[in-house]
Amino acid sequence: MSVKVYIPTPFRRLTGNRTFVDADGSDIVGVLTDLEQRFPGFGEMVFSEERTILEHVNVYLNNHEIRTLGGGETEVNDGDEVSVIPAIAGGEALTPEEVERYSRHIIMDQVGPTGQRKIKAGKVLAIGAGGLGSPVLVYLAAAGVGTIGVVDFDVVDTSNLQRQIIHGTSDVGRPKVDSAADRIADINPNVTVVKHNEPLTSENAMEVIGQYDIVVNGADNFATRYLVNDACYLLSKHLVDGSIFLFEGQVTTFFPGEGCYRCLYPSPPPPGMVPSCAEAGVLGVLPGTVGAIQATEVIKLLLEVGDPLKNRLLLYDALAMDFRTVKIQRDTACPLCGEAPTVTELIDYEEFCGSPFHEGPIASSN
Amino acid sequence: MPVEVRIPSMLQKFTGGERLLQYESKTVATLLVSIEEDHPGIGHQLMEEGELRRFVNIFLNDEDIRFLNKMDTELNDGDVLAILPALAGG
Repeated sequence: MSVKVYIPTPFRRLTGNRTFVDADGSDIVGVLTDLEQRFPGFGEMVFSEERTILEHVNVYLNNHEIRTLGGGETEVNDGDEVSVIPAIAGGEALTPEEVERYSRHIIMDQVGPTGQRKIKAGKVLAIGAGGLGSPVLVYLAAAGVGTIGVVDFDVVDTSNLQRQIIHGTSDVGRPKVDSAADRIADINPNVTVVKHNEPLTSENAMEVIGQYDIVVNGADNFATRYLVNDACYLLSKHLVDGSIFLFEGQVTTFFPGEGCYRCLYPSPPPPGMVPSCAEAGVLGVLPGTVGAIQATEVIKLLLEVGDPLKNRLLLYDALAMDFRTVKIQRDTACPLCGEAPTVTELIDYEEFCGSPFHEGPIASSN
Repeated sequence: MPVEVRIPSMLQKFTGGERLLQYESKTVATLLVSIEEDHPGIGHQLMEEGELRRFVNIFLNDEDIRFLNKMDTELNDGDVLAILPALAGG
């Protein structure tokens, strides 16, 4: 029997960009097997290892879903029309350009077309487009995260360029969100960038963070770190936290209700006790390593694969070239996520930290 | 075999740049007293009125001493003690 088969856009790279192809077979599985033999790669898009039709792929025979007919054994007749429609699992279908762009992801069992659509559906907010934000934004954009928010109210300074790789020399003096958005658009025009060219404050944090699924912390001051932590907990958002100083970095992923930054560090240091990177310095490549780990955590969360750094704090010592993880846990006495919380809304973080966080750039490695 | 103490970058100015110190001590509290004796000024960075500052964590092997026996946590030969202050940089 010869039937006409509609090929969805994500699969057309396999069929020479043809929207309809003719195929032979006595039933649906037979038709798909014919296509598999003629178009390498088609089979793995529609068949599981057990040779059943993948659950996220719907097949229609003359506009009737085959599960309502006879499944893969549904007989076909000459002139029938078969449509192959991958379900939109966590995101829009991929365009042919995206299928090619993300081909190294799509051929991975742990990603595949479904996983890539999850990445595309992801909404991730980067706090700061500085040392940590730069690699985070570059890798999330390249990976195809569909919506990326950037919070930063600083402008690019020459002293940023030693480590903030999303900005270039020609960007000096420009708002970091503009510079970052331009670089992201060049890396991957499929990404929607939302620019938040303003300080993150107790007044706007809930509204800004509320628009996203996952928050990546690359703030350069304690006040913003506690603000972001509290807002993420109150909004039940995952927080991928990273921090750096000199040659050392710390990374962890906070799951709402399973421990937070306050459980790890109940209070900030007294003002002036801990120098900032601007005062003490930071190895330029250090945020590259730490930010890349944060981006990895985000992609794993979006894909729902692997083991996140949940209840684990990753310690990186660049001088010793040593990575270690230590166990961290929810503190039942935590004022935010403990059993008798006293912090139930955002507070005055400048007062809490004893220092103004708007004095310098709030959310970037200044 | 003594306890190995890992000094973070931030505090290495007190230890003459040393990253690893070796001490024999019974508890975290007594060990910190010994470190302060050898490296004056470091104790103030770590403690306030005998308590560990709330932006500093000490991990014995991979466990936070706050969830063990705090400053009275006992030490054994071969233990690794890591001092971890909160870092703000991004």
